[in-house]
Amino acid sequence: MVSVDTCTVDGRKEALRRMLLAREFEDTVQKQFADGEIPGFVHLSQGQEAVAVGACGALTDDDYITSTHRAHGHGIAKGLDPDRMLAELYGKEAGYCRGKGGSMHVAALDEGMLGAQPIVGASAPLAVGAGVTSQHNDEGWISLAFIGDGAVTEGQVHESFNLAATWGLPVVFLIENNRYSEGMVFEEQHNIENLSDMAASYGMEGFTIDGQNVETVYETVAEARDRAVSGDGPTLIEAKTYRYRGHFEGDQQPYRTEEEIEEWRSERDPIDNFTEKLLENDEITESEIDELREEVEAEMEASLEFARNADPADLDAAYEDVFVKSVPEIEHHREHVAREEPNWGAY
Amino acid sequence: MANAENDTTAATETMTVREAIREGLREELQADESVMLYGQDEEDGESFEVTAGLYDEFGGKRIRNTPISEAAQVGAAVGASATGTRPVVELSFADFIGVCFDQIMNQAAKTHYMFGGEVEVPLVLRATEGGGVSAAAQHSGTVHTLVAHLPGIKVAAPSTPAAAKGLIKESIRSQDPVMFFENKTIYERSGEVPTDSSVTVPIGEASIERPGEDVTVVATQRLLGEAMSVADQLDGDISVEVIDPRTLYPLDTETILDSVSETGTLVIADESPMSYGFHAEAISRVVEDGFFSLDAPPQRVGVPDTPIPFAPNMEHEILPDADDIERAVRRVR
Repeated sequence: MVSVDTCTVDGRKEALRRMLLAREFEDTVQKQFADGEIPGFVHLSQGQEAVAVGACGALTDDDYITSTHRAHGHGIAKGLDPDRMLAELYGKEAGYCRGKGGSMHVAALDEGMLGAQPIVGASAPLAVGAGVTSQHNDEGWISLAFIGDGAVTEGQVHESFNLAATWGLPVVFLIENNRYSEGMVFEEQHNIENLSDMAASYGMEGFTIDGQNVETVYETVAEARDRAVSGDGPTLIEAKTYRYRGHFEGDQQPYRTEEEIEEWRSERDPIDNFTEKLLENDEITESEIDELREEVEAEMEASLEFARNADPADLDAAYEDVFVKSVPEIEHHREHVAREEPNWGAY
Repeated sequence: MANAENDTTAATETMTVREAIREGLREELQADESVMLYGQDEEDGESFEVTAGLYDEFGGKRIRNTPISEAAQVGAAVGASATGTRPVVELSFADFIGVCFDQIMNQAAKTHYMFGGEVEVPLVLRATEGGGVSAAAQHSGTVHTLVAHLPGIKVAAPSTPAAAKGLIKESIRSQDPVMFFENKTIYERSGEVPTDSSVTVPIGEASIERPGEDVTVVATQRLLGEAMSVADQLDGDISVEVIDPRTLYPLDTETILDSVSETGTLVIADESPMSYGFHAEAISRVVEDGFFSLDAPPQRVGVPDTPIPFAPNMEHEILPDADDIERAVRRVR
């Protein structure tokens, strides 16, 4: 995979490509969900691409991330296969979870995605546990937990901060503060301005950064990663960002105005601003940008075809993977439910 | 099904349940570097001194204290086990699972399934349960049926030293999450335990602790001892077969059904509240698959759906004991 080291021109171009791909993925999901092709419900992350791409770009292939209900961008940024991600949203056997997870659950250990966790706050202890393994086995990789501003009001997140800090674990906590926890605005959820202030309470380093700037995110996470692998423990980073869509698709969003959304879109879009900067610095040309956009559009079109045409979820799989070593109960119940004759007992 | 009498040729030694669990933990710590123990006061051997001495033997990297953070302890165990560690997490009193139930129900139990088999979480959660020591409502509960009800997690509740050692070893080796319940009043119960470190007790295998012909009593934890004493007392009058299920999920239905097909009767003795619990599940299975073996209505012996009270006389009133088992046996006989 091409590096996203934003200190190099090639790395910056790759960061742009991945942000474009994440945006295209979400736009595709938005459209296909509205058209009724994707069942369930989905949480989209347009506007937050710089956090996902900057953070995952600063990690190695061996590092793990844990994620939230808004996980698509993180998966794309970590290098998951868009075909299999979209197939999962379509409930297909080829999906990352064989159709059992859908939009809110994805895990791909080889790519370093330890699990998206739609229980708000659950991504934090999961990453702490990965940090336990890395420290225990002296493995040299780290884990990064994406958590939302809404998760910071959950008890398990604070327990995780404290456990990671007291054990000196190689973990990065990255709060994506997109200003809304479901429909509650940031200022009503919290009585402080910067969530990284909480770091001091746990003896961690804490930073509040512009989450719309992919280079800033990259550099801050890279430094946090260095601290983690050096044995200097966890870091708490708050990236201030914004989601353009509602909490979920279909959210009527009575809690904010169209003007507010438009202001972020027009003035603080992470992709537009980064593109402009690369153009100003003559690091990319208009035609290269057009090519990149066409490339990711084509990639998502192919992913869409793949997901649509993939085999449906296998019904036998609904009974599998409850355990690694299965139990007789599940097959027993399956047979009993399906029986047509009364069971007078075999004993 | 395993029979307590098989393997009589193997060497055994007498030890208590506490020693048996400790020995099982020690052997697995020795055998596998990825096994680690953590919990509150783990380095000092825990509240009931089950792990006493292991810190001195294995050091702080393998045996670690945690702050009082059950949610983080269990949530982290999922992440640790998913990435290559085998954590054995001690949660102290089982009543405390209320503060980490999300991590048990939504993380440990569902992870393997909801990610389509991608992630395996070989973790063990230990907790002590049971009344009888005037510890009142929040330190005396028997809550294993809450966990046994959750798809995706296995539940062990040993009654004897042999089962305790064999099952803690098997739980640690299991690729699935296991919750291991220890009854706090039987830590001093002693019995014969195989010395061979390769001997384990398979999850999902009951043990016929005492063969009999007239009445089947399925008894767990402390009540296994009570059932055995009832069987002794009634010997010559009523022949009682006593079965220790050893694991509650999966449950060895076949051993229970086979016994009921011979005796035609069934008593379930378990210290959990009687409604919606282990009693109901075991009886349902017998009714479902062995209805015509039954000669009398199956009986439940358990806690009458109350929390556990403090005052010793009240606690004694509420907790099931040998007298309750004996009356149930006589009702079906």
